[in-house]
Amino acid sequence: MHPALSVIVFTTVSGLGYGLAAVLGLGALDAAAWPTRVAHVLALAAISTGLLSSTLHLGNPQRAWRAFSQWRSSWLSREGVLAVATFLPLTASAWMSVIEGRYLPLWGLLGTAGSVATVFSTAMIYTSLRSVQAWHTPLTVAGYLSFAAAGGLLLATVAAYAAGSDMAPRLALAGIVALAAAWAFKGAWWRRQRRMAPISTPESATGLGAIGRVRLHERPHANENYLTREMGFKVARKHADKLERLALASGGVAPVLLLAAATFAGGGLAIALALLAVPFHAIGVLAERWLFFATARHAVMNYYGR
Amino acid sequence: MTSLPAYPSAKRLGLVIDLDVCVGCHACAVSCKEWNTGGYGNALSDQDPYGPDVSGAWLNRIHTFEVVPDGGQVVGEASDARIVHFPKSCLHCEDAPCVTVCPTGASHKRAEDGIVLVDEDKCIGCGLCAWACPYGAREMDVAAGVMKKCTLCIDRIYNETIAEVDRVPSCVRTCPANARHFGDFGDPASAVSTMVAERGGIDLMPEQGTRPVNKYLPPRPRRPLADSAPKAAAVDVSGVTGFFAWLDGVLERI
Amino acid sequence: MEKSALSRPVSDEVRRTTCYMCACRCGIDVHIKDGKIRYIEGNRNHPVNRGVLCAKGSAGIMQHYAPARLRAPLLRTGPRGSGQFREISWDEALSIATDWLGAVRQSDPKKLAFFTGRDQSQSLTGFWAQQFGTPNYAAHGGFCSVNMAAAGIMTIGGAFWEFGAPDWDRTKLFVMFGVAEDHDSNPIKIGISKLKKNGARFVSVNPVRTGYSAVADNWIGIRPGTDGLLILAVIHELLKARRIDVDYLVRYSNAPWLVVDAPGTAEHGLFARDADGAPLVWETVTERAVAAGTKGARPALSGRYQVGEGRFAVPSLQLLAEKYLDPRYAPEAVAAETGVDAATIRGLAAEIGRVAFDEAISIDQPWTDVHGERHQGFVGRPVSFHAMRGLSAHSNGFQTTRALHLLQVLIGAVDCPGGFRFEPPYPKPLDAHPTPHGKAEHFGSNKPLSGPHLGFPRGPEDLLIDAEGRPNRIDKAFSWDAPISAHGLMHMVIANAHAGDPYPVDVLFLYMANMAWNSSMNTAGVIRMLEDKDPATGEYRIPKIIYSDAYASETVAYADLVLPDTTYLERHDCISLLDRPISEPDAVQDAIRWPVVEPDRDVRGFQTVLLDIGARLRLPGFADNRGKPIYRDYADYIVRHERRPGIGPLAGFRGTDGSRTGRGAANPDQLKRYIENGSFFSAHIPLEAQFFKHANQAYQEFAVSMGFFDTPKPVTFQLYQETLQKFRLSADGLREPSPPPTHRERIRGAFAPLPEWYRPFEEAAVDREAYPFHAITQRPAAMYHSWGSMNAWLRQIHTRNPLYVPEKICDHLDLSDGDWVWVISHHGRIKVEIARSAAVNGDTIWTWNAIGKRGGAWGLDPDAPEAKKGFLLNHLIHELLPPKGDGLRWSNSDPVTGQAAWYDLRVRIEKAEPDEASQPRFSPAIMPRPLSERPAELRYGQEWSE
Repeated sequence: MHPALSVIVFTTVSGLGYGLAAVLGLGALDAAAWPTRVAHVLALAAISTGLLSSTLHLGNPQRAWRAFSQWRSSWLSREGVLAVATFLPLTASAWMSVIEGRYLPLWGLLGTAGSVATVFSTAMIYTSLRSVQAWHTPLTVAGYLSFAAAGGLLLATVAAYAAGSDMAPRLALAGIVALAAAWAFKGAWWRRQRRMAPISTPESATGLGAIGRVRLHERPHANENYLTREMGFKVARKHADKLERLALASGGVAPVLLLAAATFAGGGLAIALALLAVPFHAIGVLAERWLFFATARHAVMNYYGR
Repeated sequence: MTSLPAYPSAKRLGLVIDLDVCVGCHACAVSCKEWNTGGYGNALSDQDPYGPDVSGAWLNRIHTFEVVPDGGQVVGEASDARIVHFPKSCLHCEDAPCVTVCPTGASHKRAEDGIVLVDEDKCIGCGLCAWACPYGAREMDVAAGVMKKCTLCIDRIYNETIAEVDRVPSCVRTCPANARHFGDFGDPASAVSTMVAERGGIDLMPEQGTRPVNKYLPPRPRRPLADSAPKAAAVDVSGVTGFFAWLDGVLERI
Repeated sequence: MEKSALSRPVSDEVRRTTCYMCACRCGIDVHIKDGKIRYIEGNRNHPVNRGVLCAKGSAGIMQHYAPARLRAPLLRTGPRGSGQFREISWDEALSIATDWLGAVRQSDPKKLAFFTGRDQSQSLTGFWAQQFGTPNYAAHGGFCSVNMAAAGIMTIGGAFWEFGAPDWDRTKLFVMFGVAEDHDSNPIKIGISKLKKNGARFVSVNPVRTGYSAVADNWIGIRPGTDGLLILAVIHELLKARRIDVDYLVRYSNAPWLVVDAPGTAEHGLFARDADGAPLVWETVTERAVAAGTKGARPALSGRYQVGEGRFAVPSLQLLAEKYLDPRYAPEAVAAETGVDAATIRGLAAEIGRVAFDEAISIDQPWTDVHGERHQGFVGRPVSFHAMRGLSAHSNGFQTTRALHLLQVLIGAVDCPGGFRFEPPYPKPLDAHPTPHGKAEHFGSNKPLSGPHLGFPRGPEDLLIDAEGRPNRIDKAFSWDAPISAHGLMHMVIANAHAGDPYPVDVLFLYMANMAWNSSMNTAGVIRMLEDKDPATGEYRIPKIIYSDAYASETVAYADLVLPDTTYLERHDCISLLDRPISEPDAVQDAIRWPVVEPDRDVRGFQTVLLDIGARLRLPGFADNRGKPIYRDYADYIVRHERRPGIGPLAGFRGTDGSRTGRGAANPDQLKRYIENGSFFSAHIPLEAQFFKHANQAYQEFAVSMGFFDTPKPVTFQLYQETLQKFRLSADGLREPSPPPTHRERIRGAFAPLPEWYRPFEEAAVDREAYPFHAITQRPAAMYHSWGSMNAWLRQIHTRNPLYVPEKICDHLDLSDGDWVWVISHHGRIKVEIARSAAVNGDTIWTWNAIGKRGGAWGLDPDAPEAKKGFLLNHLIHELLPPKGDGLRWSNSDPVTGQAAWYDLRVRIEKAEPDEASQPRFSPAIMPRPLSERPAELRYGQEWSE
């Protein structure tokens, strides 16, 4: 699948935002502390940026409002509906924290639930596509949720250290657990991807398997077309392997070590260490997301010899 | 509404494509382009039409596959390697994943005849339906920013201003090899249903669970010419003398 | 959805005309909306395509509106190839042309070489050239498929091509040789579909398995150039199995005709004839020689008979049987050469024999033959054949095609139910064709040529050569180089004119033939010849080039005067029985084109322009006594021209009231009647006359009534070809004129009176180890004959062409898809990208024909893939064979007909470094200003979207 920058940025940034919002909604941080207030604003900003960037690839963004109508069948529509609906509790919580320095559990928990549901919907958009076999697994959902959680906990840890909260080490520990879970899910996802037998093959795609081995002789049109541009992206396995290691190192190993170091260091250094873990993590997730698209093979490529 | 119709429609319109006679001439694909560029919805645009990166939106494309049987060997009739021309357009699936993923209701399956259609005024051009389709049946029109797909020439088949005999999709109307047939699969007595039953019509990628309406008729089995070679003759017939003796006999009888 | 939204009228108006995206000539319904073309579909009532339409026809909109269209007459102002032209008025263009041509006609008419490409108005262009008086006229048949035409006409009185068709409805076994996509493209597709539905078997013999071969029940991936051997092996098997139709041979062929056996005399191998020149047969009851066709005679088919004082003769079938029963034609003996195993050959022969005789069919329709014998019905041998360029584009193509016709006749399958059937005005015996004209006494200053240019020599005495044996024609047609070059040798014109051999020309006048690119062998060489100047005079060696084309093709850049033609939707044309009609086996048919849209630029139909030039030159038949033009334009000519009294270009709606068919006075409303009828005319042949037309009394009478002939012209199939033997006798020095010693061996070898196979010349000339592979092209269905790279839709299908290489060769050279190779012939080398292929003869590499374009031509971006990655095999093919060491360079053509031997090419391949572009690279052709700028995006029809 074509790794479109807008979609990669959207899922990464909004994942971070929803993750942070979800943690904030649990009320683990002092609502009145300035870092918590910043975190609320940051979460909303990340979510908004992500959503806006997702509209960039639309052919007719002016009609985007129509996307709220099909929540009964479409995970994309559900994502849209949930994203907008979640804005209400998140904005309420942010308002209470930023303006009034208070935490309202009802709104907070609603925000957390909405954030989880929204990320779940995002993941389900991909998971539900049988045409992309690599995505069509619960591991995709597990990955999206755990990455969001890890990112949120990471950011919350930074805020907690900045606020001098004693929750900080505990959040850091939770972050480490979430990171470990996320990369464990991802590892399983990658292993599955590498080992899975394709459910669709040129033989099943053409129905000619009964005659023999099927290979493309001539594509319909000599140049690239929408389908090959959108779904024919292919990355060499060895490059993918390299990038996987890089993603794990940057998005997993580095933040875990930094968070662990922060819990030992404490104080100002802890803030710096936790803060440093954020870009490492984000780069790792961006790489992971790029791979998520770039290594996924669409069933239609059975017709294109790729 | 992008929920699929609750019950399969009684009428299920679609195509049968006969791979045994398709010669890969691309007539159906070009005729489709031609009809639909001025027909339902936006024109099918072409980018860089006279330049290096020419490409455009097409609703039907003809692939060519080489099929090599296991152990196919190059002798006489050469290898049994076959070329199969393979036209591909929307299959109007019963369980159309392109419909259920659509967030806006633009992509829908018509309850009355099963046609999967895009209401272009509602389409935001998100492209998710094209992702959902395992067959590559949907192509974004880059100029209009909306998704295009085979409409089964809905503006032909119900068009009361054209002769009844012509109320078939453009690809069917034009196919020189008669490899494309249009009809109602909901009617077991229809020509398309009969053809599928007789020739063992198949679904593409049944494992995707899409339950396509369109069916493909596989190439007929073939018998090598060598099977017809006579076994060694009982008498030597290679001589010219014997031939002329036979000839005289025949002339006697004429 | 609103019901009304789905019931919008397609168009404001439907105009019915005839397609011209290839040579198929389908009827089309052109839908016009708001003055623009909305949709083009096949005309359901049209006899050729019955409503269907191919990819090309369906892309007519993009052909018609292509930016590559020329916009006005052009006069070259810079050097050739520089693209510097001045747009001029038609008046200026026509007076320049008239000046140039008038001077030539006055001084030496042969200094005009007038050759036309893919047009279908040869009855007009030939007539014009004849009235002009140059001997140097032909269409493009010499590089197209003259072997098909000549071998067919000289054997059975008709050819495959578009002049006959398998009986698709009744055939049970169809064997096709060497056809990818070709003439009669939609009828073949319709037919194949029909016969498959009927459960018939379809065998394709072709080195490459594309298109039609893909759906064949059996594909014989033969080695190129060896089809003749395969066919003769099948004949061997049929003779051995006694699967021949003796009755048919006696009645309809020259099998019983007596061939003189007198070695060393001028009569040897000719037919024994009576005092009136009638061929003799041996009557077995009375034991004497009588004229063939004598009523009640029972002719012998074998034996040796005395036919005069010391003269002996044998029936030709005896010679035939002796020849082909020889073990050298046994399947085992030919398997290695053909690459087809013996069992397959035997199986093919057995199937042909079985179907022809065990599954014979009959139609209960009494009929009478030309000898007055009444038959109860038509017996059908439901085996049919079709062949085209795969047979004919070899230097042994004439004899190979003869062999195929021989096979058809032996099993009694010509023009019977279920067999190959003639389409009127065929069959036509050889003696109904003219002999060629162009000898010195045939032309002169300011006078017409004394007869038609093209025809069939009956013997060496009809050659167009001078007393020293030198060619009279610029293309050396009808010379010892190519004695029966019935369509001329367009592919030799530029090379010969450039070399001044046999003489230089002053004006080269070309129409619709891309001679500076894909229509020439040795493209780079031809371009150099067009650009070459004589250092002594500073003049171009070919001083004046007039070219007419509708599009900015590569050749336009080399013309001095460009006459812009219209698109096919803007013009009048007639698809005439005098030329290449659209008849079916059961019906006589012709058609027209008419302007369904008006030109939006300063262009004129070439035929109208030719009439205008003819009138300005005051050519007889074009201007009257006072010099006034006889015809207003081509439409006027189509209606009023009469070739013989009552016979004009169109057969339908003749007579003042339009009620006459075939013969009749001119009808001023004729075109209107055609347009009302869908732009075609069809007259059904009565059932009694539909089969055995070559010998069917009712058909012969029908043909006379239609005006094909003035008296009946039955055909006797010429299995043994006497004309060929006359050339051999000349080569043996036994007949006059006699070829120069240089040509004798070649003529002896190639002019066998019974079909013979010999190895194609290039393969025989080069080191087979050094050039181990064949390289051929196939015609892509979506591009064939329109070569439509200027067409925004069609060019998306074939934007570039890979070289398809058999897996065996790939594995040997370690090649994968997308690798690059050098392809090297004795003449040149090209560097191209490959793709692996399994469905191909293991010694054959191939690519699509004519996809490669020169950068800048056809209104395309100079970096278009057609120019960067597309390529032509033409660069590897020379118009001459490699030197043999005899001091001569022989034309790379069939020695009988001069047919360009495109498919004889032998190559080797070597793995090469990856590249961005194929080689050789040509500098972009600098073209005259295009009609419009290239748009970045096309949204044709957007204004009609809801």
